[in-house]
Amino acid sequence: MKLHLKTKVDKLGIDDRVSRITKRSLKSEAKFQGLKMILSMIDLTTLEGMDTTKSVEQLCYKATHLHKELPDLPNVAAVCVYPNMVKTASNFLKDCEVKVASVATAFPSGNSSIEVKIQETNEAISNGADEIDMVISRGKFHSGEYNYVFDEIATIKESCGNHARLKVILETGELGDYDHIRLASEIAIKAGADFIKTSTGKIKSAATLPITLVMLEAIKDHYYTTGKMVGMKPAGGISNSKLALQYLLLVKETLGNLWLDKHWFRFGASSLANDVLMQILKQKTGFYQSNNYFSKD
Amino acid sequence: MSKRIKILKTYKIFIDGKFPRTESGRYTQLKKDNIPLANVCLSSKKDIKNAVLSARNAFESWSNKSAYNRSQVLYRIAEMLEGNKNQFLEELILQGVDSKKAILEIDQSIDRIIYFAGWADKINPIFGSVNPVASSHFNFTILEPMGVVAIVAPEDSSLLGLISSIIPVIVSGNTTVSIASEKLPLCAISLAEVISNSDVPNGVVNIVTGEKEELAPHLAQHMDVNALGLNLENKVLKDKMVFEATNNLKRVVDISQYNIQESEFEAPYIVKNFMEAKTTWHPIEKDFTSSNKY
Amino acid sequence: MSSKIKSLKYNGKWDFSPSIESIEDISLKKEYQLFINGQFQKPISKKYFPSINPSNEQQLTKIAHAESKDVDLAVNSARNAFNGHWGKLPAKERAKYIYRIARIIQEKSKELAIVETLDGGKPIRESRDIDIPLAAAHFFYYAGWADKLQYAFPNRTPKPLGVVGQIIPWNFPLMMAAWKIAPALATGNTVVLKPAETTSITALLLAEIIQQAELPPGVVNIITGDGSTGELIVNHPDVNKIAFTGSTKVGKSIMQSISSTTKRSTMELGGKAANIIFEDAPLDQAVEGVINGIYFNQGHVCCAGSRLFVQESVYELVLRKLKDRMQSLVVGNPLDKNTDIGAINSKEQLSTINKYIDLGVKEGADIFQLNCELPNGGYWCPPTLFTNVSQSHSIANEEIFGPVLAVQTFRTTQEVINKANNTPFGLSAGVWTDKGSKAFNLASKLKAGVIWANTYNKFDPTSPFGGYKESGHGREGGLHGLSPYLNLE
Repeated sequence: MKLHLKTKVDKLGIDDRVSRITKRSLKSEAKFQGLKMILSMIDLTTLEGMDTTKSVEQLCYKATHLHKELPDLPNVAAVCVYPNMVKTASNFLKDCEVKVASVATAFPSGNSSIEVKIQETNEAISNGADEIDMVISRGKFHSGEYNYVFDEIATIKESCGNHARLKVILETGELGDYDHIRLASEIAIKAGADFIKTSTGKIKSAATLPITLVMLEAIKDHYYTTGKMVGMKPAGGISNSKLALQYLLLVKETLGNLWLDKHWFRFGASSLANDVLMQILKQKTGFYQSNNYFSKD
Repeated sequence: MSKRIKILKTYKIFIDGKFPRTESGRYTQLKKDNIPLANVCLSSKKDIKNAVLSARNAFESWSNKSAYNRSQVLYRIAEMLEGNKNQFLEELILQGVDSKKAILEIDQSIDRIIYFAGWADKINPIFGSVNPVASSHFNFTILEPMGVVAIVAPEDSSLLGLISSIIPVIVSGNTTVSIASEKLPLCAISLAEVISNSDVPNGVVNIVTGEKEELAPHLAQHMDVNALGLNLENKVLKDKMVFEATNNLKRVVDISQYNIQESEFEAPYIVKNFMEAKTTWHPIEKDFTSSNKY
Repeated sequence: MSSKIKSLKYNGKWDFSPSIESIEDISLKKEYQLFINGQFQKPISKKYFPSINPSNEQQLTKIAHAESKDVDLAVNSARNAFNGHWGKLPAKERAKYIYRIARIIQEKSKELAIVETLDGGKPIRESRDIDIPLAAAHFFYYAGWADKLQYAFPNRTPKPLGVVGQIIPWNFPLMMAAWKIAPALATGNTVVLKPAETTSITALLLAEIIQQAELPPGVVNIITGDGSTGELIVNHPDVNKIAFTGSTKVGKSIMQSISSTTKRSTMELGGKAANIIFEDAPLDQAVEGVINGIYFNQGHVCCAGSRLFVQESVYELVLRKLKDRMQSLVVGNPLDKNTDIGAINSKEQLSTINKYIDLGVKEGADIFQLNCELPNGGYWCPPTLFTNVSQSHSIANEEIFGPVLAVQTFRTTQEVINKANNTPFGLSAGVWTDKGSKAFNLASKLKAGVIWANTYNKFDPTSPFGGYKESGHGREGGLHGLSPYLNLE
């Protein structure tokens, strides 16, 4: 199969569309509903070199007990950890619906052999990971070895089998332009990705609204031709509710109702949850909130 | 030895690079001091139709030529005219111009062609613009020719007047149908012969002779004419034409506002008056950034 | 593309709650007078007509109806101002007044936006983000030209024409007033302006701004009324120029009225713009351009991209994208910040649009309309498109001035150039392709005054706007917007 860029992207057009969508005004019920939806879509993430069993357990507790004054809120979608923390997280979360996601394939650079990547993926899955967040080989992508990138994704997808859903991180900040992001999205989708994801969160440029729109359009075109849904996960830098709501609006206006669901849309974020909680409380009480009343884990 | 019998010239009209007689078959005898000078075609509505059609067909290719090429084609007319001065001198004198003035008019006419030929590739640099819009777009305005321009030539300046009415119009890529001076039509047809022998493509210049009052309204009414260039002292006829021009909103340029006899005529504004401004927008891609602020 | 694939739905899961712009701070007068010689004056005619909010048919206020004597007063006051103080004012001082107007518009932008939406029915998002900012920008831009005119016309001395009569339409009321007044003032003319009958209020608020800017009396006169008032301005012997924006039909009749006079004119008339999508285009952005092209301001836009040409190979895909995109258009209360499509400007316009929609169906085209709830009361038309359209259909060759798109297909570049140019109009055109050389080819071949390549319906004070053929003559905006207001000596 010859992979090449078929669908063109006009950057200014993307930016204009985003700027129009972000002018949507969310009030009262619609805002509240949106905020709750965001909470349910968060992959609560810790990907630190200094993660410990205890710190991961604390995060898992947070994932299942978002705020004691608001007991009827949904849980987050998943907890996202390094492979060596999968066992800890899956033990903690085994009786609830919060999924365990694990980064894999030599995250964040992706620079190791395919054997190592398969091995890492298999280990994460056997330790209880429900979802695998792999990275693509950007170096290979830039040198035009699209088939290599494709095969690698397909191989990892094979390892995931029916056990885990595969999220493919494009690391858009390293791809250089929207056309590349579009092409990488198409490669990932065709190779079997269940989700496409913007970023590792490990480099300065992470998810943006326009980049997310480019990827959502790739998902839409795939749906048009095959009827198959692919999920989307922007990650990195989405730390407040206003911005998260704008992401959700992009989904609403690009893909519509089907994707407004944690099964098909996720936020990769660490500090977003607390801001959403503060906003929800503000909606309920009418008062602006302080960080001091929301647990940091 | 018997006196040589002179060959009299047949003055026909100029349509699509050819010299047909008017399809109506009508003519008028031009006289001076009761001596017949020539038979001149009294063109009809149908000749106008043929001339407009020829101008329309010539438009695309003439307007798509490079400005440099059009410039050279017009320069070539001047070259050809320079070599045919005698014929025009004779005709001007026949039509009552004294020889000194006639020589001056011919020189002026040649110089005028060269003056306007030079504007072909300079109009847009002077009158086009790159517009600094506030959004991220490359935006520029260029001038384009209007299309088919119908010209009513001045009545009393048979060579300089006609040249000054046609050349600034075609230099930008328009094509033309002109009604020559009714009283003084001889130079018009000789000019057509010069044009025909130069490199001007067929149909770019069409010239008919005849009665202005009869012919001019047909041009004003014609739905495939884009603009009128008028030299008309007859206010009733002029008003009628301006009124008829509204049918398809022809642009109307009063050429007589510029003084054809004077060197101040030589300015680009008349060229610009027969052009349309077209503005094009295209996005400029901003740098790729991955910030959430944009 | 398989038709078995479940179609996407965009409504019913997470819908917007109302987000209505507050009108608490807005107080309209009970009646509005004529603005003549720097004063608000009751009409000598003593007549008033109601101004209606088209979204609920309620009367907003009453507007003075200027008749012959009122027009005389306005023209005389403009003449006196031209012959007097204004004509002698140094250009750089003239500029300062125009800058002042720009600044006050910016200060009052919220109020102006709300009133524009109340009076005309356009979405508040558009009046807030487009109409009012562009109006201010236009004054600001032309202010700067006032003392630099000699640089715009090499070897010539530009001189103002005198009194200019300006007649503007109802689709962009304040913005059109700015497009007319700003260049006229910058070039040293004086003005008698008449807004459209259904949308006079913001022009009268502009009169208040002009008063506040202390523009000398008579330099700008704003008089209100219907077409008969416009005719009086057109035929007034002491008016030197008519600048008109409106329908081609009225434009032609104005041109006839002034054909035996020395009056100059600028005509900005109708259009039936082609918006062309090639198979290599960025399709999602092109679809967005189609949406902006035809559904912007309910399609009440002379340069609306009302004819869509799609290359056959991508026709199905583009149509599907277009229909899906239409689903997220919000039709309703113009004051709601989420509204994309507001009210049709008047009952008359609604019946014109409906006439064409009926005609489209009758002539055999296939109709698709957004299935949305329309408010009770007021004038509404859901976004509409027709497929199976050919060049000869009325909906493909007559200006509808509403949210109605006629979709056609093409195979080759030459074919689409021919089809696009196959119209008496020539205001604007759009072309969507990823190939630069193709875009430039189309840009040069399309007979239209404005070409939007890979974008659509963008406006800027620095960018000349105006048409070829029956779309009018003269340009507004930019360098090329100056000469229609000047004699070059």
